[in-house]
Amino acid sequence: MMENVLEVKGLQVTYHTSGGTLKAVNDVSFTLNKEERLGLVGESGSGKTTLATALMRSVREPGKIDDGEILLDGKDLLQLSDEEMRHARSTEISMIPQGAMNSLNPVMRIQDQMIDTLRDHGVSKSKSEFRKWAEDLLVRVGLPSEVASMYPHELSGGMKQRVAIATGISLQPKVIIADEPTSALDVVVQREVMETLRQAQQDLGAAVVLIGHDMGLMAQFADRIGVMYAGKLVEIASVWDIFEKPQHPYTQLLIASLPSLEEKEVFKGIPGRTPSLLNPPTGCGFHPRCPQAIEQCSQLVPVLQELENRQMVSCHLYDKTPGYDDPTSSSGNEDMNVNGSSNAALQN
Amino acid sequence: MSSLLELHGVTKVFGGGLFTKNRTVALEDLSLTLVTDTPSVTSIVGESGSGKTTLARLLLGMISPTEGHISYKGKDVAKMTRGERKEFRKEVQPIFQDPFEVFNPFYKVDHVLKVPIAKFKLASSEQEERSMIGEALEMVGLRPDETLGRYPHQLSGGQRQRIMVARALLLKPKVILADEPVSMVDASLRATILESIHRLNRELGISIMYITHDLTTAYQISDNILVLYRGSVAEVGEVGEVIKDPKHPYTQLLVGSIPHPDPHRRWGDGTVSVVQSGEKTVNGCKFADRCEAVMDVCWTDVPARHQIDKNRIASCHLYKESPVMLGTDLSQVFVAPRAVTTPS
Repeated sequence: MMENVLEVKGLQVTYHTSGGTLKAVNDVSFTLNKEERLGLVGESGSGKTTLATALMRSVREPGKIDDGEILLDGKDLLQLSDEEMRHARSTEISMIPQGAMNSLNPVMRIQDQMIDTLRDHGVSKSKSEFRKWAEDLLVRVGLPSEVASMYPHELSGGMKQRVAIATGISLQPKVIIADEPTSALDVVVQREVMETLRQAQQDLGAAVVLIGHDMGLMAQFADRIGVMYAGKLVEIASVWDIFEKPQHPYTQLLIASLPSLEEKEVFKGIPGRTPSLLNPPTGCGFHPRCPQAIEQCSQLVPVLQELENRQMVSCHLYDKTPGYDDPTSSSGNEDMNVNGSSNAALQN
Repeated sequence: MSSLLELHGVTKVFGGGLFTKNRTVALEDLSLTLVTDTPSVTSIVGESGSGKTTLARLLLGMISPTEGHISYKGKDVAKMTRGERKEFRKEVQPIFQDPFEVFNPFYKVDHVLKVPIAKFKLASSEQEERSMIGEALEMVGLRPDETLGRYPHQLSGGQRQRIMVARALLLKPKVILADEPVSMVDASLRATILESIHRLNRELGISIMYITHDLTTAYQISDNILVLYRGSVAEVGEVGEVIKDPKHPYTQLLVGSIPHPDPHRRWGDGTVSVVQSGEKTVNGCKFADRCEAVMDVCWTDVPARHQIDKNRIASCHLYKESPVMLGTDLSQVFVAPRAVTTPS
């Protein structure tokens, strides 16, 4: 059994807006093994970025983490004091945010921005030691050491993104969260940046959560993939299983919709549109678009259940799968089922 | 064959007045012809800085070339009369990258469809207007009753982008220029939008210029492909042949970097290359500093456009045995579109 470094249990993040409350992350549970690369995919609005910010405990108003546990090496991040959490960021869990390359300060040299992170965590070194340290980090992500004394405008997008990776790994975190680290980059640069990230992750022995919607990147990078839909994790399995035998109807359609270089002029879009989280469908969030929907899909919220090969899927098609017998989770799951459906009934 | 849209030796240079040395050649010596009788889908691919968007803006008449000229139906776009220009503006339609920015949030989506009808006086009555809009929306797979009367924020990115396709369609254009139409749209909706664009070509005979950095979707919808590198033509040919057997080292690099959605086809264990900053070839091939097959000649001589076979041109010294292409028009190696596929 592999050791896990991060365990998320029943995480729930709600946005309280003037239009009502919406559950952006709705009862999400998963584990992340040591040195594993986990991909989290979903359409825009599926809650993947909210989940990422929740893992860093940096959800902003009007969002709020309502429930759940985020266990990093067994320690619940949600129970830490603000000061403890501030310290945990970067040293234990760090984030390379979306568009990180645009977050660099244009009037500061690269090394000074990198050193800031270090100073903020109470590390004191001499000026030349700091400089050496920044240069070493930059070399590790494949940049020339002269970049340390450059300004952001002197760097290309790919180089800036590597600086963001260097900063993200600077305090040797156990978990790195990368939110669409290569969106807006060209294919060649994208490949270089992803390989840099993989190299850094392996050197460090850290685990990575890669957030994104590009299934191609996920196939290239991830060991395991979690699929999010309307705030829920609907399937989680090894990258091989996701691509070869996807179980959830949404994952199946998503995989089928991907353009390939084998077939030309074949277009398989997913009909319908993503549901509004302010007024989510009853039962399973995907049922209005699901070609395989059955009666209970509009009534009962499905729960994540484990099939063979540790493939987890949240879909009524797999209810009472022959041979499926998991006494530890069945009672809890039934409770949630009842709650889910009665909530849904109240909302309508 | 009568030509529809023609580029003759088009070069666009930004900056570089009389006294400054800071010139950027955004596009260099491009000649291309789109013909009326065989409307096809042509992909223009390249990374940022390759001149893709400059080409789109030139084709839309938003900027004029520094050298050479662009003509539409035989008339120079830069020297058109008012009436001709209006016709040009109607028949050459853009679809832009960002379906979020083109809508005014204060108007219902109907507005974006009604303006072109009013502007070009396409409908004589409100009823006609309604039916025209309805037809255009149906064509891109949207239900009018579910779409009209809504505000932009009530629609998904994919729906908004399809409305932009419908808007272009209302004007019965001859050419559609789609600049990265799906790069901001979720994976599950990309296929639907590409399908709409593809149908416009196959069913309505509209010529499509598809500008993108994504080789997979370029392969999906186009007949021919033109690969640009820093403003110069690297490779031209039939899309399937170019992607399955790329000749120019830059095209090879692009194809090798495609993130295949298949864990069996992972990127090779390429070493992480050190990015070189600002070192650019002054003479010779622009790709020399990144090329794995670089030779001495590449630093000194600009490669000619070698015609490797009937349907392929590559600007690379590796193919110096192949003859230099005749003339300048790159579309001579284009293939006509395959037989019209029956709509499903």
